[in-house]
Amino acid sequence: MFLINCPFCGEREQSEFKAGGEAHIVRPKQPTELSDDEWAEYLFMRKNIKGVQFERWNHIHGCRKWFNMVRDTSNDQIKAVYKMGEKPPVK
Amino acid sequence: MSNNLRFKTSKFIDETYRVSFKFNNKTYFGFKGDTLASALLANGIHLVGRSFKYHRPRGIMTSGSEEPNAIIQLHDNSSRTEPNVRATEVEIYEGLVASSQNCWPSVNFDVGGINNLLSPILPAGFYYKTFMWPASFWEKYEYFIRKSAGLGKSPKVADPDIYEHNYIHCDVLVIGAGISGIMAAKIAAKNGFKTLLVDEKSYLGGSSIYDNSEFSKINNQLTCSWLEKEINEISKLENLEIKIRTSVAAYHGYNFLLARESLTDHLPINQRDKKVRHRLLKIRAKKVITATGSIERPLIFDNNDRPGILLSSAIKKYIDLYGVACGENNILFTNNDTAYETAMSLIQRGIKINAIIDNREQVDSKICYEVEKNNIKIYKGFSVVDTYGYRRINKISIMKLSKDGQTVIGDKTKLNCDCLGLSGGWTPAVHLFTQSGGKLKFREEDQVFIPDVYPSDQISIGSCNGDFGLEEVIKNTLSSLKKFLNIDNSEYKTVEIISVLNQSKRNIWLLPSDKSIGKTKSFVDYQNDATSKDIKLALREGFRSIEHVKRYTTTGMGTDQGKLGNMHALGIISETAGTKMGEHGTTTFRPPYTPLTFGTIVGRNVGEFFDIFRRTPIHDWHVKNNAEFENVGQWKRAWYYPKENENMHQAVQRESKAARDSAGILDASTLGKIDIQGTDASEFLNRVYTNAWSKLAVGKCRYGLMLNEDGMVYDDGVTTRLGENHYIMTTTTGGAANVLGKLEDYLQTEWPELDVYLSSVTDHYATISVCGPNSKKIVSKVIPDLDFSDEMFPHMSFKNAKIGNIKCRVMRISFTGEQSYEINIQANFGKSVWERCMDAGKDFNITPYGTETMHLLRAEKGFIIVGQDTDATLTPIDLQMDWIVSKKKYDFIGKRSLYRSDTIREDRKQLVGLLTENPEEVLEEGAQIVSDVKKSPIEMLGHVTSSYYSPNLKKSIALGVLKSGKNMLGQKLIIPMENKNINVIVADPVFLDKEGKKLNAKL
Ligand SMILES: [Zn+2]
Repeated sequence: MFLINCPFCGEREQSEFKAGGEAHIVRPKQPTELSDDEWAEYLFMRKNIKGVQFERWNHIHGCRKWFNMVRDTSNDQIKAVYKMGEKPPVK
Repeated sequence: MSNNLRFKTSKFIDETYRVSFKFNNKTYFGFKGDTLASALLANGIHLVGRSFKYHRPRGIMTSGSEEPNAIIQLHDNSSRTEPNVRATEVEIYEGLVASSQNCWPSVNFDVGGINNLLSPILPAGFYYKTFMWPASFWEKYEYFIRKSAGLGKSPKVADPDIYEHNYIHCDVLVIGAGISGIMAAKIAAKNGFKTLLVDEKSYLGGSSIYDNSEFSKINNQLTCSWLEKEINEISKLENLEIKIRTSVAAYHGYNFLLARESLTDHLPINQRDKKVRHRLLKIRAKKVITATGSIERPLIFDNNDRPGILLSSAIKKYIDLYGVACGENNILFTNNDTAYETAMSLIQRGIKINAIIDNREQVDSKICYEVEKNNIKIYKGFSVVDTYGYRRINKISIMKLSKDGQTVIGDKTKLNCDCLGLSGGWTPAVHLFTQSGGKLKFREEDQVFIPDVYPSDQISIGSCNGDFGLEEVIKNTLSSLKKFLNIDNSEYKTVEIISVLNQSKRNIWLLPSDKSIGKTKSFVDYQNDATSKDIKLALREGFRSIEHVKRYTTTGMGTDQGKLGNMHALGIISETAGTKMGEHGTTTFRPPYTPLTFGTIVGRNVGEFFDIFRRTPIHDWHVKNNAEFENVGQWKRAWYYPKENENMHQAVQRESKAARDSAGILDASTLGKIDIQGTDASEFLNRVYTNAWSKLAVGKCRYGLMLNEDGMVYDDGVTTRLGENHYIMTTTTGGAANVLGKLEDYLQTEWPELDVYLSSVTDHYATISVCGPNSKKIVSKVIPDLDFSDEMFPHMSFKNAKIGNIKCRVMRISFTGEQSYEINIQANFGKSVWERCMDAGKDFNITPYGTETMHLLRAEKGFIIVGQDTDATLTPIDLQMDWIVSKKKYDFIGKRSLYRSDTIREDRKQLVGLLTENPEEVLEEGAQIVSDVKKSPIEMLGHVTSSYYSPNLKKSIALGVLKSGKNMLGQKLIIPMENKNINVIVADPVFLDKEGKKLNAKL
């Protein structure tokens, strides 16, 4: 079970958090302008990388804040956590 | 008791404390300190069970948690019964009752033994190959297979014991209190680390605590004496907590471990009451030191499974720790020096050793000469090729090994014995290390897998790290701890070690036989009866990966996870396939290391604590008034209120009729309530609901539908504008938490610029809904100061009011189609306001109704229930709710998806009403809708989502989803049931008062 360093609360058990899928997918500002394919790209297409992945997490049983995490899915090492809207501190 | 098997020399056995116990209905005696296994052996009993597949007689094989054979049932037929317990781990107590499992009618005469004779036709994969064809017969075969392959009996009554879960945080966790674990705990604690030391056994010190050999000494003291002083010293350290009888079950990532602390299993049953039996420790350690030791390997040869065949280290432990001789005529069979230590222990007590069979040609360490000096014949370069004796070994035959070790040569010699000790070298116990994600490497010299890459802040020390000699263990433990803990002071300045064991070994995974392999039974996995022949067969049939071979042959799939035999399986695979060890993978060890009882896993979460449940503030009233409850999410909701002898149907019919004829009252407190405030609140609602909100006047209510981004209906409910920048949103009961989560998600991540604040107020308010043509009269009596006239308080509006001094919110909204008022009041006044409403409604036959009647009433009106009539595949258009989807709004969640190529299809499933030809026939929810029952396969057009008998319409009504349903109005379709077909007609989903006259009707 991970120990996750919530950017707002500090280190907490994984059981306090909820994973929210891939990070940095921005909702299109003008969805109605998009073709079916473009909209489907936003709506359905997600990476599922073995290796370093950018993810959204929510401290659901804590401060309830969403934040981003960089995690290596091959060994579950958390490389970084950072607030929504911030640039990832690692590549 | 067979006195000549018990030696009064062990300080671990209290011979003044006699303990009686029952095994297979016979009473025996042992002493305090015995395990069930040692006590049975002291009574001359080896045969304790039958093997799983062939029902071969099996005896105690080991002295620890790795035991594959001595698997017993404790306290059969009692509430405390437990199957699959290892006799080698059970500490005996007065009144212990144990019995063999997997044998019928008795362990000495077993009907299933016929399988042993049939074994040529029971090869690996036999069940798969034979019984899977034809597939439809499997159910019939399964019954017989299950019956003959028993692995114990589960308890039939509630577990009387108490279990607990504890969290532990420590700087350093040391797993295993053998010599290296003791040293590590001392060093860590003395250097200021908050340390926890755990060991699965009832004593500290591991195998070194009974090592009284003159051949291995520390600082010129016997190893056991030196270690005793160390243990004495650490037990006084303040920084160190020590837990015995504590087995680490799982080692997860980030140094999170689960351990089971056993607290009462060693006590007589009558001393266990009201005590915690097991504690599941959830340990988060900054650093973990694994010192789990190693497990001796058996040797794989024909008939290597007879009772009386044990690991040589087990024989040593039984004599040294428990003072019990496993046999009177012993033979040891080895490929390394370990067996000679066992020999010395036996020699010291004058126990007869008939011979030692050693695979090695050269046997030259000091301890071997010492054994030879005692006139013990050592057969060097020999191997055991067969054993004899049915319920107990009585003979072995041996032959000379060829130079390459691949065949046996020369004459066969038979030797008598009643006990055969096996030593095939040692396997580091890397189970926990691999569970944690650690990677192993293979060490060629002695054919062991040892830790290589650590995935977290941890280290393995001692023999689980592949250090087998005493000198090596101590030296390496000290040096690696200095580095691991980053300390200068190791606490051990001078440690002088004398150790005479030589590490030479002649490793042959599968020993050769004079018979062809097809005629041998060389067991690799004792518990699952997997033989070397099975493994070779799997390879011949094309299996290569160890994970596949394992599943096909069931090697390592028992409750012991193949602690003894997995290495041999890997060895045989690599030898047969001509590949390197580890090339086909190593098996994965999964938690738990040793089995856990369900009680330990659930802890205190049993009975009413099994799951959380939520009660409304009015719950007690419902209970008092005979309500039946239904679970909605975590809520207990009043379902219906049966009177006298009413059944559910009768109660619901009465409640439904009363609500439409006069007045009904519903506890709606469970509906989710979200308080929304901020200058952008209206804009926010515009974005999350399909309809428009900006123009909703203060004091007005509006129904809203919320979609997922994929256009599918997610939730619905009425939202009220309390003020310019203040709304209260209601959600479905089950959807409340998810809706709040979804709204927070959008606010935080997509629209952080919006000035909106959300808070859940579900628990803060009780919600009482009074409906029916007389509802207005009733609420007017409860809140006399409020003007309830239709002009002042029309449908879909809201008023602040007071009941006495208590502020409340009243909404005029309806989920039944009747005139209806919802009073929201601070939760703690909920019950008294409900009672006031009941009082005020007395003259109007006010009738409390539950969720079932609520569902019926709304179905009459064709109102959907999200989650019952919808299932995340329906858009508002599919639900014939186009009216609620704003055409003008530029965007809202899910809007773009409403005109994807898939969502605009005409033949999507759409919500319809269904009327049965026979109005008395009520459909089953979930039933399929078809048009042609003769076609094969029958095309499924849709299904029934809601179905009731309406007392108000005096006919059966139903809602369903149907392919192209919108265009099928009036069509005849069929609902095929098990023994009849029901004719239905597609109808408008609104069955009652389509014009909505009732909302303002005056009585
Ligand atoms: Zn937080």
